Amino acid sequence: MSSEVRFVDFKSDKQPTWCPGCGDFGTMNGMMKALAETGNSPDDTFVVAGIGCSGKIGTYMHSYALHGVHGRALPVGIGVKMANPELEVMVAGGDGDGYSIGAGHFVHAVRRNVDMTYVVMDNRIYGLTKGQASPTSREDFETSTSPDGTNMPPVNPLALALASGATFIAQSFSSDSKRHTEIVKQAVEHDGFGFVNVYSPCVTFNDVDTYDYFRDALVDLDEADHDPTDADQAKDVILNGDKEYQGVIYQNENSVPFEEQEGIDEPMTTVPDGAPDGATDLVREFY
Amino acid sequence: MPDDLNWAIGGEAGDGIDSTGKIFAQALSRAGRHVFTSKDFASRIRGGYTAYKVRTSVDRVESVVDRLDILIALTERTIDENMDELHEGSVIIYDGERTSMQDVEIPDGMIGLDVPLKSLAEEAGGGIMRNIVALGAACEVTNFPIENLDASLEKRFSDKGTAIVENNKESARLGQEYVQENFDHDFEYDLETTDNDYVLLNGDEAIGMGAIAAGCKFYSGYPITPATDVMEYLTGRIDQFGGKVVQAEDELSAINMALGAARAGARAMTATSGPGIDLMTETFGLVATSETPLVICDVMRSGPSTGMPTKQEQGDLNMLLYGGHGEIPRFVVGPTNVSECFWKTVEAFNLAEKYQTPVFLVADLSLAVTEQTFSPETFDMDEVEIDRGKVVDESEIESWQDEQGRFQPHFPTADGISPRTFPGTEDGAHMTTGLEHDSLGRRTEDTDVRIEQVDKRERKVQTAREEEDWEPREFGDPDADTLVLSWGSNEGPMREALEFLEEDGLDVRFISVPYLFPRPDLSEPIENAETTIVVECNATGQFADIIEHDVLERVERINKYNGVRFKADELAEEIKATVSPQAEVEQ
Repeated sequence: MSSEVRFVDFKSDKQPTWCPGCGDFGTMNGMMKALAETGNSPDDTFVVAGIGCSGKIGTYMHSYALHGVHGRALPVGIGVKMANPELEVMVAGGDGDGYSIGAGHFVHAVRRNVDMTYVVMDNRIYGLTKGQASPTSREDFETSTSPDGTNMPPVNPLALALASGATFIAQSFSSDSKRHTEIVKQAVEHDGFGFVNVYSPCVTFNDVDTYDYFRDALVDLDEADHDPTDADQAKDVILNGDKEYQGVIYQNENSVPFEEQEGIDEPMTTVPDGAPDGATDLVREFY
Repeated sequence: MPDDLNWAIGGEAGDGIDSTGKIFAQALSRAGRHVFTSKDFASRIRGGYTAYKVRTSVDRVESVVDRLDILIALTERTIDENMDELHEGSVIIYDGERTSMQDVEIPDGMIGLDVPLKSLAEEAGGGIMRNIVALGAACEVTNFPIENLDASLEKRFSDKGTAIVENNKESARLGQEYVQENFDHDFEYDLETTDNDYVLLNGDEAIGMGAIAAGCKFYSGYPITPATDVMEYLTGRIDQFGGKVVQAEDELSAINMALGAARAGARAMTATSGPGIDLMTETFGLVATSETPLVICDVMRSGPSTGMPTKQEQGDLNMLLYGGHGEIPRFVVGPTNVSECFWKTVEAFNLAEKYQTPVFLVADLSLAVTEQTFSPETFDMDEVEIDRGKVVDESEIESWQDEQGRFQPHFPTADGISPRTFPGTEDGAHMTTGLEHDSLGRRTEDTDVRIEQVDKRERKVQTAREEEDWEPREFGDPDADTLVLSWGSNEGPMREALEFLEEDGLDVRFISVPYLFPRPDLSEPIENAETTIVVECNATGQFADIIEHDVLERVERINKYNGVRFKADELAEEIKATVSPQAEVEQ
């Protein structure tokens, strides 16, 4: 679309109610910049959000948007994109929305590889309900509902994506604005399902996975001689439990979006005033 | 000689019962005879008793009856299962060479035709065609011109090559000749043919065809008996009209995909059965409160839980009327016969878009799997009208913006219906949410706005009540003292029951109600009747309950919940017994 679109055009006039210092501010800014820098406009963009702190993003951004039910944002995004492939579709959610209640949809959305972007604000905690364990919480993480830790290993969303046949897997850190924006931008530009897990710290309820922790632990794959088109290298990075990475971990350059494979090439929005031409042939089939 | 013939083929699931039955039904339809089919089936790919039944007449047939004239029995159990319907003179065609059928005993008074189905089929090219041999035998017994069967075989097998078609035709002839030569019996049947053109289709297919006619372009679903046929019908066909079927990972996803497509501006639909409706109920409230037009089809089967997946029941009414937390505006439309499955689907799409409200399209298993003949004009595509409601494009968008230039998707208009604009429309960007929201679609907990939005959504239903036609369908004698009410597939057997009742001197007024919500005001006919009877396939009388609630008067109930649809003759007896219980006792 027009190159005059600026990232603030994607900003609504509603002030976020996230806690001061919340990682979601940075995550959202990067999303808006990525959309603007890839030439999209609010009128051609559809944002789908789930439930949780992350779900509020539809309100704070300006575009066509639906704030849906908990865990089901991805199927909505798939429906939007298939019905109108001309739209830019971005789905946002949190670790609870995407990897707990919506885990089933995550696996299948990855497999389906519809051309859209999925940004998960992963803070490893349930923030909106005031601090319970999330699927990405550490095994020994103590919360109001897990006083002795979760006693379960955290979900590795990157591994889940890889095992589900992902064509684009990336991870970013909300406070590294430049890299986060670049990475989301690459996800938007990817021909297929662009998945970005964003470390988006919760300053109120998670005192373990903090800004300081991520700053110290993060290895940038841009500086690590990593080839994202090499599935084996991607696998090594994803299964290495000792380090946290940011960057594009895997990208299948031969990816063909699902809707393209299915032959959908124009919006399904037009309906004639009566039955479509050729409908009578359907009746004849029953002779 | 009876006017109608009742024919069946039965055996094990996997014996090709369905396709054989369909071939015979199609042959009859092509010969200008009316057909009404039903299936006794198990949801197993192999194993378990299954049967395909055909009732045929030159006159319209609307129901199954409790009588079976000709039975092709591939297993002994098939005979046992149908003992109640078989009668003196019934013909049973079976293959005595089959190990399991060697000791079969034909009940007294019935005519057993031992035809070496498999051997004859092998003679014609392969044992797999044994059912076709049986069809040929049936043609001889019924004096039905076998050329009609040829046409049906061509339709069924043409894509497999001429050799296969010819072998099948030969199989049928061998069966016919075998009966001719080996049984010296003058069968009383004579299936005359007419020049009438008929199409033969079931309720699921009619729903699918209705969806395409209505301009539906997006269908997402998860396979479930007995709604899968809708999805299978649309797959491939909807593509020819610019649409797509998506098989979702579950029903939660299916309804959310459809919701997304509808918000993008497509006419969208999903179809499922009770267990799927349970899951979809999660998102149903969001569909309504985000004011998204969506058609959700429920093809009911026996519940609760997994229930009896391949059996008839109308047990979901309460869920469709009241399901979901909070108060959710909705429409519930229930076609009452196979052709109405088509028309009510078209109507459901118009209602959904005009009122930006979810519509439950409720059918039942009997409608879904019944194949019935109609004149092709019944589905006159020129009669299909589309109303997309208040869709706003670029040129009108300004008049629906607030003073700050923001589009208002939930603007509280006088009729409750807000403007709707599709993504991609310039200056139309807006959000909506399952949270209570203001006219901009943004979250609010403001008490006044809450009331404004709840009232606005309810006002749409009120507008629809006033603007739309919610008339029921009426049959029988309008002045009769006895009034029968029903919904769904009971219309067919009830219409035929009227004829039985008339013969017995009982006049009945019958109102078949296709609109469950909003529904017609039935207080006048109920007041005028001495006895009102509500007929439905469930145990508790869900429709009867809401009728009593509407008119504040008690009604009589006839309920059937053994998994089998009503039969016309059985229903007539039940109505007689309800009207004069004493007479029944004296019998």
